[in-house]
Amino acid sequence: MHRRITVAALAVGALALAGCSTTQPSSSPSGSASDSASGGTVVLVTHDSFALPDDLISQFESDTGLTLDVRTQGDAGSMVNQLVLTKDAPIGDAVFGIDNTFASRAIDAGVLAPYRATLPAGADQYVVGDSGDLSPVDVGDVCVNADVTWFADHDLPVPQTLEDLTKPEYKGLLVVENPATSSPGLAFMLATVGAFGADGWQAYWQKLVDNKVDVAASWSDAYYVDFSGPSSDGDKPLVVSYASSPPYEVPDGAETAPTTALLDTCFRQVEYAGVLAGAKNPDGAKKVVDWLLSPAVQAAIPESMYVYPVDSSVQLPESWVQFAPMADKPYTVAPADIAANRDAWLKAWTDLVVG
Amino acid sequence: MSGDLAVRDLVVLYRDDDGSVATAVDHLDLDVATGEVVALLGPSGSGKSSLLRAVAGLEPAAAGRITWDGEDLAGVPAHRRGFGLMFQDGQLFGHRDVAGNVAFGLQMQRVPARERAERTRELLDLVGLAGFAHRAVSTLSGGERQRVALARSLAPRPRLLLLDEPLSALDRALRERLADEVREALVATGTTALFVTHDHDEAFAVADRIAVMDLGRLLQVDTPPRLWQSPATRRVAEFLGYEAFVADDGGPVARALAAGVARDGGGAPLLAVGPASLEVADDGPLVATVRAAGFRRGVVELAADVEGVGEVTLVERTAGRSGAGDLPRPGTSLRLRPVAGGVARVG
Amino acid sequence: MSAVAWPRPGRALPGRWRPGRAAAWGLAAAVPLAFLGVFFALPVVGLVARGFWTDGALDLSGFADVMSRPHTWRVIGITLGQATVGTAVAVVLGVPGAHLLYRTRFRGQGLLRGLVAVPFVLPTVVVGVAFRSVLGGNGPLAFLGWDGTFAGVVAALVFFNYTVVVRTVGAFWAGLDPRTEQAARALGASPARAFWSVTLPALAPGIASAASIVFLFCATAFGVVLVLGGVGYGTVETEIWVQTTQFLDLRAAAVLSVVQLVVVTAALWVAGHARRRREQALTRVPEAVPPLALRGPQAKAGDRWAAGVTGAVIVVLLGLPMASLVVRSLHTRDGWGLGNYAALDRRGFGLGASGWEAAATSLRVAVDATLIAVVVAGLVALIASRRPRTRGLRRAVGALDAVVMLPLGVSAVTVGFGILITLNRPFGLDLDLRASPMLLPIAQAVVAVPLVVRTVLPVLRAIDTRLHEAAAVLGASPFRVLRHVDWPVAARSLGLAVGLAFAVSLGEFGATSFLVRPESPTLPVLIYRLIGRPGADNLGTAMAASVLLAGLTAVVMALAERLRGTQGSDV
Repeated sequence: MHRRITVAALAVGALALAGCSTTQPSSSPSGSASDSASGGTVVLVTHDSFALPDDLISQFESDTGLTLDVRTQGDAGSMVNQLVLTKDAPIGDAVFGIDNTFASRAIDAGVLAPYRATLPAGADQYVVGDSGDLSPVDVGDVCVNADVTWFADHDLPVPQTLEDLTKPEYKGLLVVENPATSSPGLAFMLATVGAFGADGWQAYWQKLVDNKVDVAASWSDAYYVDFSGPSSDGDKPLVVSYASSPPYEVPDGAETAPTTALLDTCFRQVEYAGVLAGAKNPDGAKKVVDWLLSPAVQAAIPESMYVYPVDSSVQLPESWVQFAPMADKPYTVAPADIAANRDAWLKAWTDLVVG
Repeated sequence: MSGDLAVRDLVVLYRDDDGSVATAVDHLDLDVATGEVVALLGPSGSGKSSLLRAVAGLEPAAAGRITWDGEDLAGVPAHRRGFGLMFQDGQLFGHRDVAGNVAFGLQMQRVPARERAERTRELLDLVGLAGFAHRAVSTLSGGERQRVALARSLAPRPRLLLLDEPLSALDRALRERLADEVREALVATGTTALFVTHDHDEAFAVADRIAVMDLGRLLQVDTPPRLWQSPATRRVAEFLGYEAFVADDGGPVARALAAGVARDGGGAPLLAVGPASLEVADDGPLVATVRAAGFRRGVVELAADVEGVGEVTLVERTAGRSGAGDLPRPGTSLRLRPVAGGVARVG
Repeated sequence: MSAVAWPRPGRALPGRWRPGRAAAWGLAAAVPLAFLGVFFALPVVGLVARGFWTDGALDLSGFADVMSRPHTWRVIGITLGQATVGTAVAVVLGVPGAHLLYRTRFRGQGLLRGLVAVPFVLPTVVVGVAFRSVLGGNGPLAFLGWDGTFAGVVAALVFFNYTVVVRTVGAFWAGLDPRTEQAARALGASPARAFWSVTLPALAPGIASAASIVFLFCATAFGVVLVLGGVGYGTVETEIWVQTTQFLDLRAAAVLSVVQLVVVTAALWVAGHARRRREQALTRVPEAVPPLALRGPQAKAGDRWAAGVTGAVIVVLLGLPMASLVVRSLHTRDGWGLGNYAALDRRGFGLGASGWEAAATSLRVAVDATLIAVVVAGLVALIASRRPRTRGLRRAVGALDAVVMLPLGVSAVTVGFGILITLNRPFGLDLDLRASPMLLPIAQAVVAVPLVVRTVLPVLRAIDTRLHEAAAVLGASPFRVLRHVDWPVAARSLGLAVGLAFAVSLGEFGATSFLVRPESPTLPVLIYRLIGRPGADNLGTAMAASVLLAGLTAVVMALAERLRGTQGSDV
């Protein structure tokens, strides 16, 4: 009999063994040893596009004595919804990556604890709400990108405005992302809301539909399959992407970019950081928010996350200066309006475009 | 190694998948003495396999006791009983070669490797498969597989070997030859055995005693000659192959048949006639009409309608016959007399 | 005589109830049940319950609301249609593949077996790009007009699941006694007739096993549906994802989760029924596999058919998308070359790891996940292969068999979100499991367990109980029966099972994206990050990393194949 029990014991043992074998994180210092040696661990919850150079993280840890534990929780929408669901037992201390399309939902749900960080120059314009719950960290413009080479080859002028896109000469040339499943897709839909108002945007989309707009599920799908740009094989010379995309299509040493962002078609996404309500380490969380706003991190943001820092004093990479200017007058929609109408707008869009 | 199997008042229930319960073994008593080979003979569905499985410890007893050497086996799992079991289809381990199969039981007893190899060789010799040790079992013929199964069962020197229709999947000639070989192997190894079969020829060839079983009960337990000559009931007689039954009413047919009864003590009211009971004799007292005739394995078999008895099979030596054209035609009249000891008195 | 010392009978416990034995089985059942209970059932029930709980009271009005929308019914219809057609096509194409790869032998077979397994592990985002490159716009198969259609989705589902059918059916077929088919041939049946009337019915348990898994995969496919289905093409799975992650409408998500559960349970019931009807003790005589015979006097029509169908599948269905991957991986900003592969060595900004480091992480996690999956699934298969005497226990065993399949049929989003809201204090214990690094391999193991069970169980079930009895009367204790009878037979299928579990872990993305550490991404996560960035360099590196993932899988699968040979022996 004891042998039979041995089998089961072995099974349990194997499970335990698995636990202490290969998956033990070597670089993820959440253990208690480092806690006692330093100021403890601070957990940063973020989305899966979060990225910063390793040396900046090490610098933060040695400066503060804290151990930074970064947890990614799916895309921005997933992350915010998870924070809402777990607000009674928060999964971290600080959050980064709540954007202006989700900001109001997070604030209204009581996910955040008030913390008014000292903002760098130029950041004030992006502040949301009056409680100071969220600090803007970076911004990005979602714009229609055009394959300049294609238009040159076809002797067509590159379109400039949202209205241009509905003209017959651009029929069947544009691919957008589904706003229900893609963050740039949602941003572009909001650009049209900003441009034509809550009453007029649907009429605009009707014209786009009549002009054979194509819809892809995700950005990579649209950009790498449908778009005719240099890194893809598609047949659509117009795609909804970012203002920061063109520099990455420029061959080494070239003076001109093969693609360009149409700066009159942009919606500005703003990403925020904040301290989570009920955080175990609220002081650490505040330090993380401050760190994200620090000049070193702000300077690293473009090349790491492909967005622009909120700090207007930060020097942008040369290729960005040359090929990725920001829109002067991006379209905007108030976060509160987005929170109130997002579901209705998405449903309306789906009914209109999908039928 | 001494011990006796005793089965007392045993009841084994058979549960079907639909939940219905049938009685497979019905308050049965049986004894097997050390060194004895007992055949359990009965038609399919008579409960003999259930009895065997209960003895092996593979089927729980619903009531009654099974003892070995006086000790109750209830609660002793199959692997601790020290009994061997040989299945109808061998159930060899496909992932082991011949030697690996034979050595399995020894391995379970943690017999040292050298001793194991020696014993395996010995057993393979015994069953006539010397040199087969490293053959894959999938390459064996049916007869070879059963020999391996026999060697495997015998290797650990079981206190009692249970054989569940071990030969019935084989062809007739092989079956008869192997039945003799099994008997020899059992005797040579002094193994106590319980041998289940539905073939009375096999039972007679193998057993010291035969237990006839039907509907979960034992009808008769006897030595082969006694069983043959004095079946306890008409049912037993029928199962042994007796074909026609005549009331011993003092009439001419009954008187003529009674002359063929061995050790006739009289008394029992029924005489049983089978294939070996009557022979052709020009001056015989019985009259028969041939219904059909044919050669069977070197003898002539006739189906004949014997007046006052009924339809009986007659066996005749082929000597003097030149071929099929020489066989008696249907409708031919014959005179017959009883063979000495060929007629049984039932009861 | 010396070695033979039979224990005195009286030494054993009297009576039929053996507490030790019952305890051992109880423990064997408790491990997988506890595992699935904590890491699967608790999160799912937790999240679904949250959807039906409004203001502290149970509120089922969501059902009436959601189920009265025509959209919901359309989504259910699409889900069932897609899963049914996908499964049927995968089975029809997969059975010839199983014959070719497991019932014949030829040079390069091992390589081919590894190759067909590759699609199974490719991240959907990569497959989406690869498929659309073939089907859409300027692709070689654009003329079919399948881009953004039902047919395109089905093609991709078959692409993913082909290997499941080939392997599951192949493992089963390899152990089937070929003599029954030979007998039918001898009785005058043509090869085709013998196949239809003898072999196919005998294969039914294997096919039912494979079909039930594939059905679940097809019914719950996510990324590929999103990318290839086009807008407006929604399944229950994508709806749950949208409702949960985008709208936070837990009520609708809970209703849809229940619908999904009902669909999945019904599918499992049907599959289980089909399986049980056929899954009896078969005589399994592994025989030397004959060489492939396509030409000459020994040519077999069956072999030709199998080779033809499988060749077409491998070239067109599997080959074209994979080739488009390879081609794209060789396409750099400066023309053709291996630059993208060289880039695998570099740590891009914020990617957390180089391609090689991510590959190492993937392998490490996969080892853990496979270990867990094999232990848990092994115990499940062991228990489910038993036929207890009492009807109650038999039912319990049947229930375990069915329940263990559920992880394949429940949305990764539901599990992922459920983990977050339930595992902070599981069962009131002060133990926040959400932060445990073991969650990642565990989550992958949960998905792999059903696959391993489905691969091993038919093989275990096909062992004649009398073989166990033969071993028992030869003196083998129940443990040694397992060790010497079941294990050698099961080990033959274990190589396949390990391969599948490993593949699942290598390719898993849904749950991984919730649980992975950003500083040590797995290969699919790295690919996902790369492909989310603009520029030919990023795309090229993503494609090169996908080729690396594919190669890794092929190698692992080929190694797993070899496990069959060595572990199958019983010395």
